[in-house]
Amino acid sequence: MAVYDHDPIIEMRGIKKHFGPVIALNGVSFDVRPGECHCLLGDNGAGKSTFIKTMSGVHKPTAGEILFEGKRMNFDSPRDAMEAGIATVYQDLAMIPLMSVTRNFFMGREPEKKVGPFRFFDLKAASRITMDEMRRMGINLREPSQAVGTLSGGERQTVAIARAVHFGAKVLILDEPTSALGVRQTANVLSTIDKVRKKGIGIVFITHNVRHAMAVGDRFTVLNRGRTLGTAQRGQISPEELQDMMAGGQELVELEGSLGGTV
Amino acid sequence: MTDERIKQVSPLRRAMIRPELGAIAGAILVFAFFAMIAGDSGMFAPQGVMNWTVVSAQFAVIAVGACLLMIAGEFDLSVGSMIGFAGIVIAILSVQWGWPTWAAILVAFAICICIGAINGFLVIKTGLPSFIVTLAFLYILRGLTIWLSILTTRQTIIGGVKDAAQGDWLAPVFGGVVFKGLFVWLAQIGVVGTFSRGAREGQPVIDGIPMLIVWALGLIVFGHILLTHTKFGNWIFASGGDAQAARYVGVPVARVKVLMFMFTAFCACVFATCQVMEFGSAAADRGLLKEFEAIICVVIGGALLTGGYGSVIGAALGALIFGVVQQGLFFSGAESSLFRVFLGSILILAVILNTYIRRMITGER
Repeated sequence: MAVYDHDPIIEMRGIKKHFGPVIALNGVSFDVRPGECHCLLGDNGAGKSTFIKTMSGVHKPTAGEILFEGKRMNFDSPRDAMEAGIATVYQDLAMIPLMSVTRNFFMGREPEKKVGPFRFFDLKAASRITMDEMRRMGINLREPSQAVGTLSGGERQTVAIARAVHFGAKVLILDEPTSALGVRQTANVLSTIDKVRKKGIGIVFITHNVRHAMAVGDRFTVLNRGRTLGTAQRGQISPEELQDMMAGGQELVELEGSLGGTV
Repeated sequence: MTDERIKQVSPLRRAMIRPELGAIAGAILVFAFFAMIAGDSGMFAPQGVMNWTVVSAQFAVIAVGACLLMIAGEFDLSVGSMIGFAGIVIAILSVQWGWPTWAAILVAFAICICIGAINGFLVIKTGLPSFIVTLAFLYILRGLTIWLSILTTRQTIIGGVKDAAQGDWLAPVFGGVVFKGLFVWLAQIGVVGTFSRGAREGQPVIDGIPMLIVWALGLIVFGHILLTHTKFGNWIFASGGDAQAARYVGVPVARVKVLMFMFTAFCACVFATCQVMEFGSAAADRGLLKEFEAIICVVIGGALLTGGYGSVIGAALGALIFGVVQQGLFFSGAESSLFRVFLGSILILAVILNTYIRRMITGER
């Protein structure tokens, strides 16, 4: 595939993260190239959240290095990572239901216009941009002043993704974007991921749903108990194998047997 | 991807979603009510209007601060004690210590803003609810105020501030009046009455617009523009709406909250300074229960107690409703203790209405 001709945008090497006596990550390596969707799979407690928080600057790794566009980086805060071009759409969304779509879209990065010595939030321009970006993602907003609380879960994810793309993300980290969504909305979010990938943005798609990963992923990395179990390219691995790796193999096979193959 | 199951929003529903709506309706009702029962009592004559406008302006000054702080997700229960404290500080410095009044006022502001910042830092650093932290300061400041006052003067009221402030440049900014000429002219054409005897014979009974009203209007305009038309205003909404989400996108939530505590303290100090300059004295019991009255104004104005939603204009209307009712009961000769009954009832009504509106906005059921 063409994407492998590119160098990775971000490369994480041997990342370790300890919280006191707890070893959350014990040597995780991972990279993302432009225009690919790299799925990070793992069961609850595998260290997915800790890992992406390290990538997005929330946590500092205890050991290991982060290379961004080939250069060693040390992110001190989420803001640093964001400015470098790493955008994260968190599971809990980072959207505020009571605020309008526009106000959410530009939260933390409000466009300003100068009137005399004063600077004002340019709501008009902000609303126009929000409507345009949302339309590009396939959502026609009723009005930019409508509260985010009135949007569906899938639409909220799309606002968050559109926001990241608009602000020039090179890497987009999606933390379980489909876990709380229905079938139809999941399909919408997956097609949004596809649109974003085509713009040449690298996507890290965190999920524990193998089917969602298979639908859009180019590469798959499985995390278990703080370690990477390996990375596979699309077509080299079957959904069943992925599922087994995630759950730690043997036990699930037994369980699956007793459940009649429904897991 | 428009969803055909979502009904088109009617204009009425959209109007309902504005935070100020309840306060606008309330203000109209209150005016209509008192026009009916107290229309001929002089409440709506120039002097009467000035009377309830001043009271409303007092509420508005502290409501603006409380409003922005509540939208940022915090409370300040120390506002009332801060009013008493600031007043006593000004009086002690200017009367007892003989400082120039301007210096006394500036120092009082500096101390109040510092206490506001301490409130804010304690809330941010400890992660405790602001309710508890500022409740502590409600007691600490009130206690300090009484102690300081008795320590320096052996009484809880310190007078003589007006004499000390003679000729001071800063004192009139809080205690003075503006548009004197306008009222002389209004008296000449007979709109405003004149004193018929005494030293001020022939002068209009209203000598101008008190600076307190100017401060109130100024703070309302400033607060409204800050909240709705600036980047910082968006951060205020975000900090109160969901602090964690705001932090994720880089909003400096701690700074926003601490600044709002400082602004609330500033507003309390404006209130105190205007009051001290007008009365010419400070008393250790001033400002009692003002923190709750400020919060009630803000809630009547449509703000949510949980933060993230509200309006300065609404809070100002809440203050107007307050002032009109408090003075209206006086003008209509009703028992003034009924004012408290009114406060309690309108508070409950406002909170119920706000909760309902919140459900409409967020689509919760």
